[in-house]
Amino acid sequence: MTAQSETLLAVDGVSLSFGGVKAITDVSFDIRKGEIRAIIGPNGAGKTSMLNVVNGFYHPQHGRITYKGKTRPRMRPYQAASQGIARTFQNVALFRGMTTLDNIMVGRTLKMHRGLFWQMLRYGPAMREEIENRRVVEDIIDFLQIESIRKTPVGKLPYGLQKRVELGRALAMEPELLLLDEPMAGMNIEEKEDMCRYILDLNKYFGTTIALIEHDMGVVMDLSDRVVVLEYGHKIADGTPEVVKADPKVIEAYLGVGH
Amino acid sequence: MAQGSETRERDTFAKLLCEHAQVRPDRPAMRHKDLGIWRTWNWSELTETIRAYAAGLQQLGLERGATIAVIGENRPAMYWTILAAQWLGAIPVPVYADAVADEMAYVLDHADVAFAAVQDQEQVDKLISVQDRVPKLRTVFYDEPRGLRDYDHSRLHAIGNIIESGRTRLASDATARAAIDAERDRGQASDISIILYTSGTTGRSKGVLLSAGGSIAAARDTVIFDKLTDRDEVLAYLPLAWVGDHYLNYAQSLVAGFCIACPESRETAEADTQEIGPSFYFAPPRVFETLLTRITIRMEDAGALKRSMFNYFIGIAKRWGEQILDGKDVPLGARLGYAIGNLLVYAPLKNVLGFSRIRVAYTAGEAIGPDLFSFYRSLGLNLKQLYGQTEAFLYVTAQPDGQIRAGTVGPATPNVDIRITDDGEVLYRSPGQFVGYYKDAEKTAETVTADGYVKTGDAGFFDPDGHLNIIDRAKDVGKLSSGALFAPKYIENKLKFFPNIKEAVAFGQDRDFVTVMLNIDLTAVGNWAERNNIAYGSYQELAQRPEVYAMFIEHVAEVNRALAAEPRMAAAQIHRFLILHKELDADDGEMTRTQKVRRGFIAERYKPLVDALYNGAEAADISTEVTFEDGRKGVISARVRIADTKAMPTAKLEAAA
Repeated sequence: MTAQSETLLAVDGVSLSFGGVKAITDVSFDIRKGEIRAIIGPNGAGKTSMLNVVNGFYHPQHGRITYKGKTRPRMRPYQAASQGIARTFQNVALFRGMTTLDNIMVGRTLKMHRGLFWQMLRYGPAMREEIENRRVVEDIIDFLQIESIRKTPVGKLPYGLQKRVELGRALAMEPELLLLDEPMAGMNIEEKEDMCRYILDLNKYFGTTIALIEHDMGVVMDLSDRVVVLEYGHKIADGTPEVVKADPKVIEAYLGVGH
Repeated sequence: MAQGSETRERDTFAKLLCEHAQVRPDRPAMRHKDLGIWRTWNWSELTETIRAYAAGLQQLGLERGATIAVIGENRPAMYWTILAAQWLGAIPVPVYADAVADEMAYVLDHADVAFAAVQDQEQVDKLISVQDRVPKLRTVFYDEPRGLRDYDHSRLHAIGNIIESGRTRLASDATARAAIDAERDRGQASDISIILYTSGTTGRSKGVLLSAGGSIAAARDTVIFDKLTDRDEVLAYLPLAWVGDHYLNYAQSLVAGFCIACPESRETAEADTQEIGPSFYFAPPRVFETLLTRITIRMEDAGALKRSMFNYFIGIAKRWGEQILDGKDVPLGARLGYAIGNLLVYAPLKNVLGFSRIRVAYTAGEAIGPDLFSFYRSLGLNLKQLYGQTEAFLYVTAQPDGQIRAGTVGPATPNVDIRITDDGEVLYRSPGQFVGYYKDAEKTAETVTADGYVKTGDAGFFDPDGHLNIIDRAKDVGKLSSGALFAPKYIENKLKFFPNIKEAVAFGQDRDFVTVMLNIDLTAVGNWAERNNIAYGSYQELAQRPEVYAMFIEHVAEVNRALAAEPRMAAAQIHRFLILHKELDADDGEMTRTQKVRRGFIAERYKPLVDALYNGAEAADISTEVTFEDGRKGVISARVRIADTKAMPTAKLEAAA
């Protein structure tokens, strides 16, 4: 997992505020191609806001986002998606009444080009397109080992599996940059270990660049190549897990002053 | 594809395979669901694959007489390894895929394996973790490449690549093809075709040597007995290392020429059963029990109309179903009612379970509750019982169509001789009977009598119709201090017939009275708790709820009533019992991999609880070490309540005494 030098995405001097509330103040960092990048920080530090800025959901008042060498104009999340950025959410956001298979197929929407007419016909080009996409989805189902719940409505699944399905949907977009917002939250140890394995395998075998927010420090330190630490919207540290762990400012942010 | 290879004798599995390729080249031989799609190999394709695989294995140094471990679930590559090894005259040794590394090391070392074919990274990791204890193991083949890319491949090969290299070699070199066919033809009936390790209810597992000729002869008898043909189909979901899978699926498929379907994964077996619709089916009683529990729970949640329809027609089925199945005379009205019930309830229900096409279904391994057994039979499922063991290559007795009673396991299968000794132990001589235990002549001599009968270790008797009744393991049948008969398994089975009781362990040897430890069935009891508004936070808490105890006291009382009615068993009524705070588990060594309780081990591990059962205490503290699925250990502590039950008056006791 050698972090390559090429920068995939750069965040440059970004500030974001909601009315008088400053969520992010002048934060800069970069995500290199092929690395696992963690964003950590205490509650309310602006981590999720940062992720929302990266995938185009929020528009920073100041600063620039450069993705694949191009400075990004103001854009919408689906545009980010079509450029190869996929994400999962802190609270599972799946279609609860739909099956695992259908939920992941939804992730292929952007890869389907035939219109409503052809889709309704279920014959010819739209059908071929569907089969093509189904093949990709089946590979994902196999990768995440969720064959047994293929036809189960996701609302009936335990939380850990729902998280896995959500990851599957994000993968269906074949993203270059995958944003994971607390992928392990609310999981038991076994589920966490499984999830770690999937994240590592993804990174290693498919070369997917991953940016993740996570509270479980053990997971963060084991998984990530580099860590950026936010506190009250400011960046207080950035570097390898070892460096960050030893940084007095980080220790202070997590444990309070006087330690 | 009729290539000139002559296979006149059909005395090894590889020869049978090639015969099918000639007789029925286009019939399906094997299926596997992969990436959501069923893939099928016909007999001709399968034979070519095995020929290529054998050629590849030969090049990697697998020789006649060498052993090769097969570790994985029911996937084509695992069956192919068995076939290809047998083609070369090598001896496959299937190992339980869920065995922990320690158990695995013992078997691999004992079986002297130099090669192992495994399913995936998980098994490769296990082998690497024990490699210093299995010094003879040289080379590992794997099926699923995932996660293995960065491993040292000097001693690691992908099965797919081995088959490909074999294929290329056979295609480019005509003499190689002839040589590999000659290797197959060197095989003969007396060859050891497989070593199956017993589950080891007591002590270390033993390697049972089975011969090719014996295995095929045994399978041939039962294929005729159950009229199996190449139109049949099975779903192979039983553990590969268990004699049941090797016999019912592998051997019978190669003899009859029917198709083996491999499920997508272990978890999908049920859905896959539904898709395949097998015509021959085997499941241990436990599976039938789980299915019934689930049906019952779902029906309780169904709407009033559906529920009353279900109950009404199940009532009719209970009354007439079995008689109709057995071809007995039944009034026209009942037939009509049953036909409507079939249309509305039985057929749709069987379809949901994947049982629509089943012609013959068997259950064995444990005693099956009479109600449970009748339930499935009344739906028109031809469910039968058999009795057998690894040493017999499965069948000793089986129930013929139309002569089925819940309590017995049927008469001896064709060509099997059964004898019962004076102390009630069942002995048999059968065509598939084992050659001996691997590297254990002493044990072999202990098990086989001078005139060639095998001791089963089970106590039983023939009923007046010539059907065998099995009571218990002969050595487990003990005595209370009063000298009265104590058959623990007999008591445990009676308890386990209650859906709420998952496991039971009975104690009483040389004691004044009988006591039991029980496991709740989380699905059944959990559902019951939900319906009765009983709150619980964990398995442990639910198990210790007074309401659960009250319910179990009723169950135990009912068992006591049944025991009291049998003169031989009346003294063995249950006086005290407790509900365990954790589920008995094979990972903790409390059960065997085939889910049989290890009574001795449990008595030792839960000694404080056993003491409390006998010293009159009302509760006892226990802390036990548990092994998690990933191998880490933890400790569970609990305070377990003990309940007293009343023994039933035994009217016949005086008369019998």
